[in-house]
Amino acid sequence: MTQITNEGLVLACSAIAASISMLAGLGSGLGQGYAAGAAAAAVGRNPGAKSDITSTMLLGQAVAETTSLYGLALAFIFLFANPLIGKL
Amino acid sequence: MVNIIAGSIHPLVAAGDVDFMVHGLLKYHLLGHELWITTTHVSLLIVSLIIVILSIAINRKIKKVNPEDTPGVLQNVAELAVEMLDNLVDSIMGGKGKKYANYIGTVFMFILFCNLSGLIGMRPPTADYGVTFALGLMTFLIIHYTNIRENKADAFKRLFQPMPFLFPINLIGELATPFSMSLRLFGNILSGTVMLALVYGLLPVFVKFGIPSVLHVYFDIFAGAIQTYVFCMLTMVFVTNKMATEE
Repeated sequence: MTQITNEGLVLACSAIAASISMLAGLGSGLGQGYAAGAAAAAVGRNPGAKSDITSTMLLGQAVAETTSLYGLALAFIFLFANPLIGKL
Repeated sequence: MVNIIAGSIHPLVAAGDVDFMVHGLLKYHLLGHELWITTTHVSLLIVSLIIVILSIAINRKIKKVNPEDTPGVLQNVAELAVEMLDNLVDSIMGGKGKKYANYIGTVFMFILFCNLSGLIGMRPPTADYGVTFALGLMTFLIIHYTNIRENKADAFKRLFQPMPFLFPINLIGELATPFSMSLRLFGNILSGTVMLALVYGLLPVFVKFGIPSVLHVYFDIFAGAIQTYVFCMLTMVFVTNKMATEE
């Protein structure tokens, strides 16, 4: 059994941190799905306004996506530009 | 234990092939800083050249067109694109926003060509935070230019509404705009680039042709077009918000 080096520990914890930060996608996924469902209901009620509803839905979904993209950026930082390795 | 993991080169774990980072090509010094010409610069140059050549070709074609002839493919596509962009800007920004159609159309075409450039094997320039942050800064500048020009002295009164002590929160909200817009574009395109690189690294050579094209359709065309649309849409919505006060 080889010893776990400091670098190895930091790298392992960074991988775990990256995967945890991707959990930010959970909320935005739920929100986007809810927006799409509401848009589908709106199109069903008023099919004439389909293009307006679609553009509004896409805009809202893009804004809701921002938080999960912060999580994604954090995950990329942990994986490829790790700031913690330099602290050793 | 470490040796076992490092020693087993499983064909599925082709980590050496996975490559989606920006590479430096040429180092130079400017004002004491070490700077690089990177692959992003090269792809930006290629995208800009493609747009410039297309524009010149379309301009020449349109100028000597005969109104009685049947329009060709190039003219049809160009007219369709221009009409679509004008209608888009008109429907969001109303009559007063018509003068923004040039800016929005230019940014739309630029981001669209950048996102689609992954199709011809380049690394999309929008997967570099420097490019998207510059686009976000341009949006920020045009928002506040409009704000000051339309509202004159009242331009910054909105920061103190509805209550004066909300000023710091309003200020942060304004300053966060370029970051959130650029991060949205960057994150979407970068995630597509990384996914494609992982898939290309994962697949054996003989299925690298054909299979990933489905992913290219989703990540490059669908996500790229949606994000282009969203970026321009948000720019227009923010600018229109600043114009609406005087009605």
